[in-house]
Amino acid sequence: MSPDPRSEFPSAVETASLVRSGERSARAVIESTLERIARFEAELHCFNLVTDVDALSAADAVDALVAAGKDPGPLAGVPVALKDNMCTRSIPTTAGSRILEGWIPPYDATVVSALRAGGAIVVGKTNLDEFAMGSSTENSAFGTTRNPWDLGRVPGGSSGGSAAAVAAGLATVALGSDTGGSIRQPSALCGVVGVKPTYGLVSRYGLIAFASSLDQIGPIATTVADAATLLEVIAVHDPADSTSLNVTRSRWSTDLAEGIEGLRVGVIEDFLADAAPGCQSGVRAAAEALASAGAKVEEVAVPSLMLGLSAYYLIAPAEASSNLARYDGVRYGLRVEAPDTAEMNSRTRAAGFGPEVKRRIMLGTYVLSAGYYDAYYAQAQRVRTLVARGFAEAYESFDVLLSPTTPSAAFPIGEKSNDPIAMYLSDLFTIPSNLAGHPAVSVPFALDQGLPIGVQVLAPALGESTMFRVAAAVERAADPMARGPIEPRAKTNS
Amino acid sequence: MNANSRSEKWETVVGLEVHAELLTKTKLFCSSPNAFGSEPNTNVCPVCLGLPGSLPVLNEHAVELAIRIGTALGSTIAPSVFHRKNYFYPDMPKDYQISQYDEPINVGGRVELPDGSVVGIVRAHIEEDTGKTSHVGGSGRIHTADYALVDYNRAGVPLVEIVSEPDIRSAEQARSYVNELRAILVATGASDGRLEEGSIRIDANVSVRERGATSFGTRCEVKNLNSLRSLGRAIEYETRRQVAILESGGSVTQETRHWDEDAGETSTLRSKEEAFDYRYFAEPDLVPLAPSSESVEAIRSDLPLLPSARRERLKVLLATEEPVPTEQLTTVVTLGLDDLVAASIALGADSRLALARAANEAATQPELARMLAPAHFTELVRLEASGELSATQAKSVLAEMLETRRSPDEIARRLGFEALAPKELDAAIDSVIAAHPDEWRRFNEGDDKVSQFLLGQVMRETKGRANGKAVAASLAGRRG
Repeated sequence: MSPDPRSEFPSAVETASLVRSGERSARAVIESTLERIARFEAELHCFNLVTDVDALSAADAVDALVAAGKDPGPLAGVPVALKDNMCTRSIPTTAGSRILEGWIPPYDATVVSALRAGGAIVVGKTNLDEFAMGSSTENSAFGTTRNPWDLGRVPGGSSGGSAAAVAAGLATVALGSDTGGSIRQPSALCGVVGVKPTYGLVSRYGLIAFASSLDQIGPIATTVADAATLLEVIAVHDPADSTSLNVTRSRWSTDLAEGIEGLRVGVIEDFLADAAPGCQSGVRAAAEALASAGAKVEEVAVPSLMLGLSAYYLIAPAEASSNLARYDGVRYGLRVEAPDTAEMNSRTRAAGFGPEVKRRIMLGTYVLSAGYYDAYYAQAQRVRTLVARGFAEAYESFDVLLSPTTPSAAFPIGEKSNDPIAMYLSDLFTIPSNLAGHPAVSVPFALDQGLPIGVQVLAPALGESTMFRVAAAVERAADPMARGPIEPRAKTNS
Repeated sequence: MNANSRSEKWETVVGLEVHAELLTKTKLFCSSPNAFGSEPNTNVCPVCLGLPGSLPVLNEHAVELAIRIGTALGSTIAPSVFHRKNYFYPDMPKDYQISQYDEPINVGGRVELPDGSVVGIVRAHIEEDTGKTSHVGGSGRIHTADYALVDYNRAGVPLVEIVSEPDIRSAEQARSYVNELRAILVATGASDGRLEEGSIRIDANVSVRERGATSFGTRCEVKNLNSLRSLGRAIEYETRRQVAILESGGSVTQETRHWDEDAGETSTLRSKEEAFDYRYFAEPDLVPLAPSSESVEAIRSDLPLLPSARRERLKVLLATEEPVPTEQLTTVVTLGLDDLVAASIALGADSRLALARAANEAATQPELARMLAPAHFTELVRLEASGELSATQAKSVLAEMLETRRSPDEIARRLGFEALAPKELDAAIDSVIAAHPDEWRRFNEGDDKVSQFLLGQVMRETKGRANGKAVAASLAGRRG
């Protein structure tokens, strides 16, 4: 047996501890990450921009704090990749779209300030489906990101660049954004941990909006402990976001060891039927492991969750059609000149948006239109309430719910790019948590024909503590070979 | 058909939408200054420029001012929700306006006009203002301009839109309603009330119907009404236009029309088919607004006296049998000069004269007039009432009081209007009588024609410093 390749990749918690104690300099950490990016970025294309110069000077600043005996933060020197839909002051931010190519934000997203305050170091802006619309990162205007487990396959999306970067060790942790599964689905497909926090736990200020009532920033990491630690750093109350929750700062990372004895775990049976055999067996194995760790595990039917997908594909495009109206060529980003303003707007948007974004803008515009609003948008909101009610009933009997994260493991590049419905179905199991505003985490659990599959732990609003404890238990039972970081490989060796 | 019988047959129906900018320090959803007249694009930030990733945070003071307006209008203050009103326009940074739709903060209400008529209020909701576009080159008109410049200083400034019921029946009543509303807005401290700076803007929904009809005619919305004068002219124009269409057997088309002040006419801006579908939906970046009943009551109990109550107060102070000078009352209340009038009456001034000087002369410079010391104003009225100053003199003194804020005595002295000391006047009259014994005798025998002569002589003797009324009174008093 070859030695575990992960031994050369200390976790974020380990890295921060080495940097804080002065055993390893932040500069050395960043240099080795930048070297690895230089080695693999060409074949993976995780990044739209590598911020090497800024990263090195930020590393020196962390080292200076350590040298001065000051607290450099809980994530001191940890390389973090940032999905390219989070605004970074003086650093281009594209949201994966031609329409924002060359735009340089004059301000930092709240999460970026929080990361800096925590000592983390941004190494680059990662690729994504344009405006986070997609489940494969094939919709980026700047090329497709590849899955490090099989370069012929997609990394999932829309936070595919972030998930692939963490899976390939091009960053120790990353931030993604999750509107319908955009953190959890790529995390599952790339064999990493991805968390969609409770809506309002992490500020959206500076996150380029896709669907405001669903969008939530969250961590991607190789371990549950890293993910919990990163969430502790970014979950700050933000007066600049009216939907930001004002809750006491939690210490989820220290709760992980508590165990799960007596916790009630419900396996969502409605999802199992729609999952590939490998995903089904993964969840069943995880459920058994939780039961042997002392949890009470049962299957539970929550039929209303299956309605989530269709409601989501009305609500999210509706909000997106409004959120994306501002890209009109008047103030920033792309402008295609024309004789009058309306024509300029129109040509700019025709040239600047890709086909999936256009599809959703048209869909969203339609469902909000006079005469259709009640039949589509208002109806979808009622379904959203039903989904929340379904969860509420289930959580009367269970502390957490368990399901596959995705219906299948990573699919080949191009397989679903011409079939939007097939692509949308990738998010079938993740969407309900967004509709309800609940937290959920995907934990890499097993290999299915050489590809990782994820198990999803769902919890009620602000149930992160229990969710992380169960996730840690799933992680303990998981196949260690099913998670990153790994050496990028051309083909699955099944 | 002549104009008279035409106006007997047709009735104008008007509903107004009045947009008032709120007097907050900062904008509705960000901390950029809410200020008029700054250099273009200096009062801006990522939020009011709608930069990607920015989010709105509601200005608490704007909500308080909106509630003040609602309580002043007698609205129900309701839990409310912000909606997005979606349409593309270059001076609207997000290409949607955050407004309120089916759940506005102020529901219902009424405005009582000085003539006693009442205009119902449908709603008064909060929304954000847009920037301003200037078309440059060509004739400066939209279609011939070379390019356009956009100033986003106004984008995101808080507005309250007050929508009236279609209760208005004439151009005159529409002007009176806007005047009254403006006075209410100023009294509550919610608005500076300046139409000329655009801090109050009006759209008019105008229709006509046969007098006695129970249903409304098809309405046209008229935009670009930036003065009371344009409001009145536009309503009159629209009435004539729509009546002409109906009388020639046609029907009015529902549309949005633009008032051209120079041409004195309206023209089509957008037909019904071209009307925007605003695709309203609840703004997901903001949370619903539910002011506590305690906070609403606190605002209500803190409301100052409103114009109608202030007119009543002055009416009581006038306390005479003579008819009430309604117009003067309305003017002083509208301009905020009623406190001055009330204070001077309390200090003993003649109430009608105080009201007249405030409504006619002080009203020409209301800002300065509001700063007059009541004691000075009272003294001025006393000087005029006692005859120590003539009306003309009193007006000149008042004009200078407004400019200099000096006392009326000091100004009168400087202008040489200083009333003669009674002794001095008596001495002058004595010497005139001595110099013109014949005329004095004829005057004493009842020849009134000679009184003008004697008065003229006294004026000459006093070099015009004497007050005519006082001289006449004194002469009459000495008549045997």
